[in-house]
Amino acid sequence: MNYIAIQMLMGDKGKYIGIVMGLTFASLIMTQQPAIFMGLMARSYSFLTDVGLPDIWVMDNKVQFIDDIKPLQDTELYRVRGVSGVEWAMPMYKGMLKARLADGTFQNCNVIGLDDTTLIGAPATLLEGSLADLRRSDSVIIDIDGATEKLAKPSTMKGGKKMPLKVGDTLELNDKRAIIVGIAKVTRTFQSQPVVYTTYSRAKTYAPRERKLLSFVLVKAKQGQNLKELTQRIQAKTGLSAYTTQEFMDLTFTYFMKNTGIPINFGISVTLGFIVGAAIAGQTFYNFTLENIRQFGVLKAMGTSNWTLLRMILLQALLVGSIGYGMGVGLTALFGYLMRHSILAFKFPWQLLLFSGLGVGFICMLAALISILKVIRLEPAIVFKG
Amino acid sequence: MNTAVRCENLTKIYDTGEQTVTALNGVNLNIKLGELMMLVGPSGCGKTTLISVIAGILDQSSGLCELFGENLLTMKSKEKLRFRAEKIGFVFQAFNLLPALNAAENVAVPLIINGTKRSLAIRKAIEILERVGLGERWNSYPSQLSGGQQQRVAIARALVHSPNLIVCDEPTSALDHRSGHNVMNLLKEVAIDKNRALVIVTHDARIFEFADRIAEMDDGHIIDVR
Repeated sequence: MNYIAIQMLMGDKGKYIGIVMGLTFASLIMTQQPAIFMGLMARSYSFLTDVGLPDIWVMDNKVQFIDDIKPLQDTELYRVRGVSGVEWAMPMYKGMLKARLADGTFQNCNVIGLDDTTLIGAPATLLEGSLADLRRSDSVIIDIDGATEKLAKPSTMKGGKKMPLKVGDTLELNDKRAIIVGIAKVTRTFQSQPVVYTTYSRAKTYAPRERKLLSFVLVKAKQGQNLKELTQRIQAKTGLSAYTTQEFMDLTFTYFMKNTGIPINFGISVTLGFIVGAAIAGQTFYNFTLENIRQFGVLKAMGTSNWTLLRMILLQALLVGSIGYGMGVGLTALFGYLMRHSILAFKFPWQLLLFSGLGVGFICMLAALISILKVIRLEPAIVFKG
Repeated sequence: MNTAVRCENLTKIYDTGEQTVTALNGVNLNIKLGELMMLVGPSGCGKTTLISVIAGILDQSSGLCELFGENLLTMKSKEKLRFRAEKIGFVFQAFNLLPALNAAENVAVPLIINGTKRSLAIRKAIEILERVGLGERWNSYPSQLSGGQQQRVAIARALVHSPNLIVCDEPTSALDHRSGHNVMNLLKEVAIDKNRALVIVTHDARIFEFADRIAEMDDGHIIDVR
């Protein structure tokens, strides 16, 4: 009977493709929009994932997320270093500064000041130049996206393409010269501003004069230290907030979820997509069953049980669901692949596959259930009506 | 026993909530094995309701309907399905072939319902298609066959599992005179058997000549059997 069910499903190519397309659309909407949402949210803490070495981030108590900088006094660094269980503690400056470009315009940049000696927090991938060059005077490393887009030099020809900044070019940061000594590959941040890496002491000269300029203290725990206990110890000894990298990521994520309209906007589009997809797929599948109701009636009259018919409909739903889901997810993956070098945020974790799989499964089961009820209630005597 | 169908004081009332319609009103009828019985009468007289009850796809409101000595009303749902699948073959006015299946696959459906493996069912289906003169068209889909050929496939489907009762609902009404005659000749030739009865509902007077007996119905009653 499975063969008959499959043949019934695929016999009318137009209807079959219609159902599969409906489910493909539902699956696409259910994965593509959340994938962009996930990508966007991941960008909110991308700086934290890029800085892999420290175990703990120490900051002012009022900091709510990664870009919410509430500077500390430099002396806090030494207090943190004094806490037992700390292997090392390094300073980090993080702030938004205006860079003056070659054409005289200004561009906000995310300036990162790294510990002068160790350069802890430096980008992991350098496309050009050397990290050690950061110790040369006035040197900075900029990210490739910034170099090719927002910081790029205007074309020498009118209307021509912008020319990317390269090693040896200069910028002006707060009226001070910055020589580019390297181009780095970093994950885009939420605001997608260019990222400029320099040393901590030089970053302080670029930054507007303030009494406090230390943004974070990056801490490495001694081997075997319980990170939770160490963060509590740092908090108790210094009165500052200390978070493990994961906790700081969660803090940032939660801030964006609570304080921006992003979850609501994406939630609405995903919900609408789900409803529209469910309506299209459910309606098409139900119509398919209705149009085949006479055939089900014939099978029922000939002695096919409701249970067998139920299995046939479930098989049909499972088949179109799997194909539609596969195609939808495939299209989303293709979309992500094609957009991998663009500014678009995109993240496609396995949880999203599971979520969309359950969503499409739910749609199919709902459509199948409604169809099954129709078939179970079907009077086989229908077959004698001309 | 040579009685295939025994109906006594059979009544069927449809209750739509707003009104009740008495489709069968005390029908008494016996159909013998080896017999071709035609049920005739005007539209709405209860012919289709009667064969639906006889075929076990509709329950009567009261009265008795026995098939080969078995009362379908007292059977459990599962037993009734099995009984129907094994003992009854159907030929419909609109052929009711599954359009997505080819002729052999359509004919094989009753065997598959009865649990026969698909490959064996298809082999048997092709054999029976040869008997109805469509052996070479076994791979054709219903849309590729003429009305007469489709009805032959439907007849093959009704016969393939060797049922003891074949119920035919207006088997010739969708066909022209010649095709209708061919179909009836075929039914006479391949379907009539000493262990099988045929009930044909029709108002096509041109095929009355093929009947062994004709039961005339009107207003839910059998008014004459000749």
